[in-house]
This record gives sequence, structure tokens and C-alpha cells, in this order.
Amino acid sequence: MLSTNLQSNPAFRDYSHTELSYDELVGTDGKLRPHWETFFTSYHQLGDQEIISRNEDILRMIKENGVTYNIYGDPSGISRPWKQDIIPFLINGQEWSYIEKGLQQRALLLNMILEDIYGDRQLIKNGLLPMELIYNHSGFLRPCAGVRSPGKHQLILYSADLARGTDGRIWVVNDRTQAPSGSGYALENRTTMTRVAPELFNNLQVRHLSPYFSALRNGLHEIAPGGNPNPRIVILTPGSGNETYFEHSYLSSYLGLTLVQGNDLMVKDNYVWLKTIGGLEKVDVILRRVDDFFCDPLELKEDSQLGIPGLLQSVRSGNVSIANPLGSGILENPGLMSFLQPLARYLLSEDLMMPTIATWWCGQPKELGYVLENLESLVIKTIHRNSTGSSTVDGASLSHAERSALRDRIRNSPSLYVGQEKVGVSQTPALVNGRIEPRKSLFRSFLVSQQDGYTAMTGGLCRTSSDAGNFIISNQMGGMSKDAWIISPEPGRIFHTLTDSSETTTASYQPMLPSHAAENLFWVGRYTERVLGNARFLRTVMEFVAEGNKLGTDQMVQTERKLLEAMTRYSFTYPGFADKENEEAYSHPWREMKDVLFNEKRPGSIQCNFQMFHKAIHEVRDHWSTDTWRVIRSMEEALKAPESTPQQGHLSMIQSLDNLITSMVAFIGLNRESISREQGWIMLDAGRKIEQSLLLITMLQTTLVNKSNEQVEYNLLQGVLMSHESLVNYRYKYRMPLKISLVLDLMLFDPNNPRSLRYQVDRIKAYLQHLPKNHSGHSLTGYERLILEADTLLKLSDKKDLSRSGECDTTYGPLDDFLSRMHGLISGVSAVISKTFFKHELTPKSILLRP
Amino acid sequence: MNYIITHKTTYRYFEPVSLCYNIARLIPRNTDKQVCKNLHIRIHPKPDIIHEYEDFFGNRVMYFSIEKEHSSLSVTVTSEIEKTTTPAIDMGLYNNTTAEEVKKELLDNREGGAEIWQYTLETPMTAWNDEIQAYALESFSPGRPLFDAARELMTRIYQDFEFEPGATTIATPLSTVMRERKGVCQDFAHLAIACIRSQGLPARYLSGYIETISPAGGEKLIGADASHAWFSVYISSMGWVEFDPTNNMLPTEQHITIGWGRDYADIAPLKGIILSSGQHELAVSVHVEREGQNTR
Repeated sequence: MLSTNLQSNPAFRDYSHTELSYDELVGTDGKLRPHWETFFTSYHQLGDQEIISRNEDILRMIKENGVTYNIYGDPSGISRPWKQDIIPFLINGQEWSYIEKGLQQRALLLNMILEDIYGDRQLIKNGLLPMELIYNHSGFLRPCAGVRSPGKHQLILYSADLARGTDGRIWVVNDRTQAPSGSGYALENRTTMTRVAPELFNNLQVRHLSPYFSALRNGLHEIAPGGNPNPRIVILTPGSGNETYFEHSYLSSYLGLTLVQGNDLMVKDNYVWLKTIGGLEKVDVILRRVDDFFCDPLELKEDSQLGIPGLLQSVRSGNVSIANPLGSGILENPGLMSFLQPLARYLLSEDLMMPTIATWWCGQPKELGYVLENLESLVIKTIHRNSTGSSTVDGASLSHAERSALRDRIRNSPSLYVGQEKVGVSQTPALVNGRIEPRKSLFRSFLVSQQDGYTAMTGGLCRTSSDAGNFIISNQMGGMSKDAWIISPEPGRIFHTLTDSSETTTASYQPMLPSHAAENLFWVGRYTERVLGNARFLRTVMEFVAEGNKLGTDQMVQTERKLLEAMTRYSFTYPGFADKENEEAYSHPWREMKDVLFNEKRPGSIQCNFQMFHKAIHEVRDHWSTDTWRVIRSMEEALKAPESTPQQGHLSMIQSLDNLITSMVAFIGLNRESISREQGWIMLDAGRKIEQSLLLITMLQTTLVNKSNEQVEYNLLQGVLMSHESLVNYRYKYRMPLKISLVLDLMLFDPNNPRSLRYQVDRIKAYLQHLPKNHSGHSLTGYERLILEADTLLKLSDKKDLSRSGECDTTYGPLDDFLSRMHGLISGVSAVISKTFFKHELTPKSILLRP
Repeated sequence: MNYIITHKTTYRYFEPVSLCYNIARLIPRNTDKQVCKNLHIRIHPKPDIIHEYEDFFGNRVMYFSIEKEHSSLSVTVTSEIEKTTTPAIDMGLYNNTTAEEVKKELLDNREGGAEIWQYTLETPMTAWNDEIQAYALESFSPGRPLFDAARELMTRIYQDFEFEPGATTIATPLSTVMRERKGVCQDFAHLAIACIRSQGLPARYLSGYIETISPAGGEKLIGADASHAWFSVYISSMGWVEFDPTNNMLPTEQHITIGWGRDYADIAPLKGIILSSGQHELAVSVHVEREGQNTR
């Protein structure tokens, strides 16, 4: 039974509690606060073992769902799984309403400051804001002066990091106004919690997150130029290497907005357009996750590859709106914090409701003096975040020499520095290694502009320090996240705006597939089959080598050599076995085969192709279902190189291939089940069919075109059929020993065999008809011409003739010719599709003229 | 007196350009010394979009884009400028204002002075080092009238530095200019500005034109082939006083201003983004003529 007294409850034996600092869990009476008591009642009902296993479920689910947070500068360059604690962060309703009002006021105030800074700058002219604080800040973008977006507010999105001081008051630690991140992670945390531990919500009225996202959708609609009721809204991401790329694609799926990179967009006629496979489509609103400075190489950062030249002019002309507007990074300026109270009085005639962390801006003599004198006890920040991110220094952590160097730097450009009070942060319970321990926590809140003010997310993202004492919290540094629960009844009002806006979105047109997505889907299709084809062939060869070793007959040795050589040619992993003099490779084939399987650095290897597959998947990650991610995870597992002895190695390599093949087939099956039959599907499956055709042709070229003696040919035919899982089909259809003419009939011409070339060409032809055409009339496009030619060639070729050859011939000449021509035609289709639908963007170049 | 200025910029591209976006600051703004009476802009090929606006510093900016394939671009701006006659500078008037007085006035009047005070801030192109600061200190001794100090600085730059076209590029840092002691007009303007700002005083970068041959048969001035650059210093009693370190003179009649900023980057005459894979070459010509004089 749960005791409300902390001391007497063994569950909290690792939770050290001091009276000195505010404790989220425990009141001054030493008892659990009421909402925590309710929470821990459910928690203990589940029991320690169950909690630990649920906590593992969370981690597994995060992994499977592919929730990641990329670390810049991580040598492996690989995304890191998100971390989430099963114990949430609780805020009671009364406290929340205070926080909500405080943040709404602050958002309103920052909005007015932003409007003024890029408007007539009265605050500076009247001495309420020091000129240096704004003009010296790298976030002040002069080209944005005088540019105003439609809508009630200029600041559309606002995010604040909050911490509770040891005195129990909630403080604003950071303001985020550039491209605030975290709302998607907050949503993902909530989704995970409700799935994994629904019991923990018992008897607690936890506010929902969805109203915020409706408000976000609504807020973005409100800023559309010309009040367009059906605007096209895109999310602009720097790309899959960005630290929060997961969130960009997650939000894009959740909100139903197209995810784009800078070069997916272009400015023409002063409007912004999205490049799609059906041509250009006008974009009305951009939700940007690219820092403003990078958004326009013409007027902002000249060498930026992430932006769109001419974007700012399009905004200036009122043809596109951006949330947050370009230039809003100026508010992410800790120096501003010390001026907010007087500004609130001046602009709102109110006092600032939420206290801001005490800040001394060194641009003033008195404050400078204070900071220089008290360096040890302060946190020193530059007014802008620098590119490496490490602009915060704890004065106490510096050596004497470092401190005096810092003093010199501050004295040299005082207006670039602030000193901030070090806040003690309250502690909250966290599950660490199966024990409940205290941790410091930071809470990020999200607000979005609406016609009638700002709507705050009723929830947020909570992050905790990695150890009990640490007070600097960042995902870059490690540490955990928590779901944040606001405990209060849901207000009765219905979100009328939600119904309004969802009606307009459902009534909308069928959006065209962006070229960027089309290209990546096409390549996902191609790499799917490339990995699969190579894995199957390598498996066939490995199985043969494993068995053939036992028999060791001449025929077997010859077959093995032929298969190994074909494997090198098929996978394009030269020199490998293609060098017939390379006896070393032939006498130790496993070493080479292992390399072809696992060596990531080797072009053509399965691992290498899988990485390409993976990369393409990530570029269009909003297209895949949750189950799909699970399957991709298992492919990653399958391709982990075994550390075992060579003998065990053989079997485990074949097993790895088995697992990889099964997962890849599951991937194809899932796509067939879950991807709607639109342009995306066409691109994906056309890519698959083209790759399948090319691989089949290559397989026949490398195994059968050069003639072998009868027994070896028989073995090779068997290998070909096994690699295409068609041996059963063959036996069923022909009921006789393997013959080349029949194998060719099955693999090239049989319209009912889903692995035949005939079948692939039919599918490709059907898909191509559904691609958008940029011209009317009856003339054929380039790719249609090529596929028609391939189709005709297949129809006209004489099946019997292909496997005919004279006694002295060393090759099947007609087969060779036929396969070469087919290969040329189908590669041609791929090239023309690429040229027609994918962007072949020339890199924008900056030209600056000197007088 | 009226001037007619023809400024022609031509880009030739080795590969065709499918799209280009440009920002031009080529239209002279009106000042207390000049009025732009007539303006003729010819851009070939014809831009699909052209839009004029005023920037943060009040300069006239022209944005244009060309959205069809082209292999050359030419921008010709012809402006007719009326110079309002400036009386010869009366030294006595501001000989007395010292740097300290200017600073004090700006500090006391920070509110109204913010627009002037912003020109004290260091920018990447006007970054100073110890050497530059020491160079400035030779002229800016305590108690000295600011005008004297600035004029001496101008003269010293004129004497100590060699005008050598091609010696520097747009990316050459001031520290190199200082060490090598050579450069072109905007290096000298940047250097003077860095020197003055290193003393905590406001200085502006000006872009414009200069009439190189005075009709009276005077000395030939430097700056014929392209646009010109010089600087100005804020002196309380006088406002912004201009200096041309390339020609060691106080700009009066023969200088025509396009506009100003903190440094070159704020008032670059023409910059653009092209979508192309190839190289380009560039030709610029500037003609400054007095109206009524023989036209070529």
C-alpha cells in the first residue's frame, strides 16, 4: 500500500529529498503532492517489474518507430534514438493557468518588439532598447526591415524553456523564436505513453495536445497571402542530416503538409513554387525549420545551399508568408531579457507576469562592472548563439587564466555579452536504472498565434539532466525526455476553428508529388530490388559453395568458379572473382563473399546498397508506416557483421541473408498494403520493376551467355532459377529437367510468371501511362517510346532462336544481342524518367560585383 | 550644375543561364547636396520582375529577375544629377569640435543618436586589429579637433598606400591591406572607417561616382572605370563630413553619391544569383559628364 509519506515509502528510497530546494514530488509537509500521489498509486499498482518492462517497451517502441535525434559532429554520423522516461512531468491545473497566461503575455510582448524592430524602430529611437543590443546582433537582418507578413501577429511560433527555481517559482530561461523545435517530440512522447502505459493516466485528467496542433494548422492558414482559404503549406527542412529531421517529417505527416528542402522550391514571377512531377505548384505558406539567415542566398547568406534565391523578395511582395518570419531570430537574444519588464510596462501597460532569469547586459557600464566582478558566480552568454552552439560558459568552471581571458573578451565587445544568474532548479522523479531518482528538469512550452491571441500547447517537452547534480540540460549532451502532463479538466469549448480548417483541407485538390520525393521513392524502389536480388544470388552462391566443397567433383568446381565470377559481375564488385588469375580469391571464396556482404565501403556490396536504400528511405521518411520502420530495423540487425569464427561464419552469413531477404520482402508487402496507389506508389514500384528487369538481364548475361558444358550449364540454370525463386514454377510448368530454352521461356516470356521480363515490362508500361504529361496530344514521351520498343522487341523475338548456337560457338550469340538491346532500352527508360521528373538543379551561384 | 552618369555593367556567360535574381544599388539617392532629376534604366534581356524599394539605410534598391534563358546580361543606368552648389568648407566652423565632444553628444543623446551611433559598430569588412588601431591613434590624439584628425588620416592613407587595381579582391581582409599597403578605393574607405570606429566614432561608407577630369583642365582624378567609394565622419556641428582618401580631397562638386551603409556589403552596386554551371566574365563602364558639355 502506498504511503503518502516519502520517508516511510520504500519505493522512494533512492529519491533523496532536501528541504532546501523545491521538490516537484513532495510538499513541504514531506508528503507527496496530490497529483503525484494519484500518479504513483497507478504506478505502484502496475508494480516495479511491470514498470521496468513497460519502460523497456517505450525504448523499444521509440527504436522501432525510428524516433531519432541526430548529433552533429558524431563520427558515426548516425542518428541516435530518442530517450524517454516512463515517469512524466506533472503540472497541476492552477499552476498551468498561471504559466499559460504568463507565456501568452510574453508572446504578445515579443511580437510587439519584433514588429517594432523591423518596423519603425520606435523602441530604439526612444531609448527603450539599446541600439547595440539589436544592431550588433547577428540575428538582426537589415534586408528584412520594412517587410511585414499578413496576419494578426508577426511572431507566429513561440517557444519558451521554463525551469522552476529552488524557491518554487517558474522562470523563463530561454526564448525560442527562430524555428522552435520540440513540439513533434512532445507529441511522439505522448503517443508512446498512451500506448505503453495507459494505466498511468487513471484518475488523472491529463490535457490533450491535439488542440495545439489544430491551432497550429489554423495559425498557418491565417497568414496565407490574400486570405487564400485553401493555401498550400510546406515545411522547409535543411535535410535529413539535421538534428531534428525526425520531427520535421513527423510533423509533415501529422499535419498533412509537404516536407521540402530549399532546392525543391523556386521563385518565379515573385511567387514561390514547389517543383513536382506535374510541374510547378504555388506555395502560400512556409513553416520553416531552416534558420532565417540561410533562407535566401540573394539577400542573406550568399553561400547558403539551404535557401531559395529571391525568397525574401517574394515575402516583400506579399506573395508568400513564412512562420516564423525571416529576421525573427533577433528575439533569441538573452540581452533582451533585462529589458522585458520596462518594455511590458511601456507597450502593454502591464507588469511582466513570468519572471525572467536575472540578466545583466554588458553593453551598460554598471552592468558590465557587475559581470566582470562576479564572473565566478554567473553564467556568461554571448547575445547570439554561435554556430558551434557553445556560447554559454559557467563562470565557476573556468580557471583563473580562462576567466581573465574571458574578461578581456567581454571588455573588448561588451555589447555582445550578458551575465546571467545561475538558477537552482527544482527536482522531479525520474526512473533511472529501475530506481526512482531525483533529476533536474527543464520544460519547453509551445505557443502559436491565433486571431485572438496565442494558443499554448497544453503539455510540452520536458528534458532532464543525465545525472542528479548537472544543471545544464541539452539533448545534444545526453539526458532524457519526459512527457509533460497538465492535470486539469479539458475546457468545455469545442474547437470551432478545427472543424473549419479541416473542411477546407479535405476539399482541397490532389497535390502533385514533389520531384524530390519522386526521385527518392524511385530510388527506394531500385535499391529494394538491388539489395534483394544481390542477397538472393549471394545466398544461392554461398549455399552452392558450402555444398560443392563436400563433393569436390570437376563439374562442381567449374560450376562454383562460374557462379563466383558471375556473382562479381552481377553485383559489380570488381575485381573480386572476375580476375580469373586471382587464385587467392578462388581458394578462399568465403573471405571475398563476406566482404561483398558486409563491407560498407565497397561499392556494389550488399551493405553498401543497403546504406543507399536507407538514405533514400530517410529522405522520404514521411511515406513509411510504423510497421515499416520495424522491418527496416530488422534489416539493420541482419546486416551487422558477425564476430564469429570462419566456420560458424558460413552458416550465420546465410542466416543473415535469409533474415535480410525476409525483411525486404516484408517491406515490399507492407508498401503494397499501406501506400495508396498514387504517384508515389508509381514511382516506387516503377523503380522496382526497372531494377528487377535490369538485374534479371544481368543475371542471364553473367551466367548463361557464355556456354558451359552440359552439367555445368544445368547447375547454372538451377542457380538462376533458385536466385529468382522460380525452381518450383519451372518444375510445375514443364515437368522435365532444366533446359536453357525452357528457362528462358519462363524467365523472359512467360506473362504469368511475376519474375519474368515480360511481366516487368508490362508493369512498367502500365505505370508510365499514369505519369503526368506536360503536353497534350497523341505523341509519345521519350520513356513511352523506349518501353514500347522494349515491349515490341520482346514480342518479336524468336524464343527458339535465342538458345541456338553452333557447335564451335563459345556464346549464345542471339541471346547476348537480345539481352544487350533490352538492357539498353530499359536503362534508357530510367534515364528519361529521371530527366523528365527529377530535378536537375544547377547550384545557385552568387555573383558580387566590385566597384 | 548637372551631371549625366551612364553606368553599364555587362555579364557574359559561357554557359546559358536559365534564371537570375539580382539586387542593384545603382540609383543615386537624393541628399542635401544632390537631386536625381532623371533616371533611365535599361536591362537586357528584359526582366520578368522589377521592383524598386528603399532599404534600411534609405538607399534606392532595384530588385529584378530574368526567368528565360540568356547568355548575357547588361544593366545600364543613366541618371541626371543636379548638384546643389556646396560652399567651400569653412574650417573655422568646426575646427573646434573634438572627438570627445562628439562622443559625449552622442552618448548624452543616445535616443535620437541611435541612427548615427549605429555607424560606430564593427562589421566584418571593417574589422580592425592592433596595427590598424595604432595607425589611427597617430592622428586621433586627445583633444584634437575631429575634422583635423579625419583629414590627416585621409592624407596619410593617400600617402602611405599605393593605389593598385587588382591588388585586392572583395575577400581581402583589412589586415592584409594594412600590411601590404596597397589596394583600391573601397579598401581605403574601409581602412579609414575601421580607424575611426576603433576610436569609438561613427563613420559611413559611401558608394558613388567621381568626375575624373575637371573641365577646367585640373588634375586627373582616380576612379574612372567603375564606381567609386569614400567615407564620411559624423561631426556634431556639421553633420556627416565626407573624405576621399583615394584622391586626398574633400568631396564637393565632383563626387556623386549613390548611397551609403556601414561598409561595402550594405551598398554593393550589383549582386546576383544565377542558375548556371559555367563561368562568366564581366565588363563595367562608367561615364560621368557635365550636362551641356560635349557628348561623346
